[in-house]
Amino acid sequence: MSAVSEAATSSAMRTREATVRRFAFTDMVFRAATRASAILVLVLLGGVAISLIAGSWEALSKFGISFLSTESWNPVTENFGALAPIYGTIVTSAIAIIIAVPIGIGIAVFLTELCPRPLRRPIGIAVELLAGIPSIIYGIWGLFVFAPFLQTTIQPFIIWLFKGVPGLNSLFAGPPYGIGLLTSSLILAIMVLPFITSITKDVFDTVPAVLKESAYGIGCTTWEVTRRVTIPYTRVGIMGGVMLGLGRALGETMAVTFVIGNAHRISASLFAPGTTISATIANEFTEADGAIYTSSLVALGLILFIITFIILALARYMLLRIDSRTGA
Amino acid sequence: MATAQSLHQSRKRKNAVMMALCVIAAGIGLAWLALILGALLYKGLSGVNLAVFTEMTPPPGDAGGLLNAIYGSIVMTIIGIVVGTPIGVLAGTYMAEYGRFSKLTTVVRFINDILLSAPSIIVGLFVYELMVRPMGHFSAIAGAVALSILVIPVVVRTTEDMLNLVPNALREAGTAIGAPRWVVIRSVAYRAALSGIVTGILLAIARISGETAPLLFTALNNQFWSSNLNAPMASLPVTIFQFALSPYEEWQQLAWTGALIITLTVLGLSIIARSLTGRREDR
Repeated sequence: MSAVSEAATSSAMRTREATVRRFAFTDMVFRAATRASAILVLVLLGGVAISLIAGSWEALSKFGISFLSTESWNPVTENFGALAPIYGTIVTSAIAIIIAVPIGIGIAVFLTELCPRPLRRPIGIAVELLAGIPSIIYGIWGLFVFAPFLQTTIQPFIIWLFKGVPGLNSLFAGPPYGIGLLTSSLILAIMVLPFITSITKDVFDTVPAVLKESAYGIGCTTWEVTRRVTIPYTRVGIMGGVMLGLGRALGETMAVTFVIGNAHRISASLFAPGTTISATIANEFTEADGAIYTSSLVALGLILFIITFIILALARYMLLRIDSRTGA
Repeated sequence: MATAQSLHQSRKRKNAVMMALCVIAAGIGLAWLALILGALLYKGLSGVNLAVFTEMTPPPGDAGGLLNAIYGSIVMTIIGIVVGTPIGVLAGTYMAEYGRFSKLTTVVRFINDILLSAPSIIVGLFVYELMVRPMGHFSAIAGAVALSILVIPVVVRTTEDMLNLVPNALREAGTAIGAPRWVVIRSVAYRAALSGIVTGILLAIARISGETAPLLFTALNNQFWSSNLNAPMASLPVTIFQFALSPYEEWQQLAWTGALIITLTVLGLSIIARSLTGRREDR
């Protein structure tokens, strides 16, 4: 009797052990699968870096460091330099950020301080939808709607306005093509606006109500509270948002490709056509014949990758700092 | 007294001016959205007819449709999602469940956030070097791989965020009745975070269905119907790019119509995604 029950118990023990072992095994497999996927994310970024370096090796070893400082881009003589695209990339992104930051912060202030509560969510979503519109849509709109509008109205007016002003007259020199550096900058500004707005709005929400209320309590106006309390408190976060927007602007491809004009030259005028790194790659890669041409284009990609990596890493670092402060 | 009065007045005036500027800024933001959508509807709607969905992309100067481009976009988007989603969900699971406090998670999160905003044309170059150059030709499968690389960071991010929102008490309850870790994750954590994870996948679909740059030199384009994954395949964004920059009126009209189709798809997906999470917040 007792032997039977012992046998039953031990067989129950055995099935139990087997079950536990099976559970431990499947758990280990699942854990390994999740871990491998997480590591794959790192491998992806490493793979991007390695493949870009490998692909650009031929061009970099031929042109060396002068690749960065040469303006010429001549597929016929196979002499390539990255200066014009780098210049275009930096100028268009910088102007875009200068335009988008005040507007983005303005919208964030509007949404957190002024907007009637029922409208807050719809307007916030509408601005974020701007971020969802694919880049190519901005491109086709910029080329067929925005550029002709600029060409016939704004640009002639600005050229006429600054004709006699030294400095500004070369910055805004004609003829008005419609497309060009400034048009690209304006389109980029619209595209990065939602990123800056939504991050600024998020960090504005981290300001403790007590801080703002004490400022209101001593009689500050809404603007003074924003200027003296909210913005200083969230400065790091706003900078992070701006950097994130800058990273987007630097790498933006299709919209810029449509409206930049694709001219490999550096002109003083913002109305002149130019090019950016991403626009050059998008336009010329499939048509590039010859290993050195392709390799030079990949080298451009490598430069873009390095610039955006640094900018985005800085952005994340700044946003992490504000996160750790609020304990979120 | 008089100066105090005027100081108060000037502060009030300044406040009014700055707040007016903020309202104007919001107006500008909304106006751009309205302008772009308005132009798209105006130019795109006039070209919408049955032929767009039933005929192939035409040769220059002819009427035709976008069927092969729409088909190619759908095929590559589906493959991109099918490949990218499991990897993204698993990586997000590791970061939120197994390795929540490990160093690896911090590093992966940082790198993932960078991948999230990395220029998509760089991903195109990467896949070109990885697949197109060794295979010797452009192919739809290379395009799909490029898209899946864009899917992964979006899904990783939302999966991790959503799993982190699941209360620990739920997991403890599961563990207390003897369920192993992965059963707890599968039947408790995933179930609680489901709507959030689905939102992430929808946002990823929205993101890649409009992507052009990574397809330019991976899937290339194709004037004709092709269901061969090992050959170049047309896609809506690349076709729009080619047609919009062409001098032919029929092609430009098709580009506008294609742009309208993509925009409505993308905006529809993001609105559905938002309404999913919106319900979550209310609960």
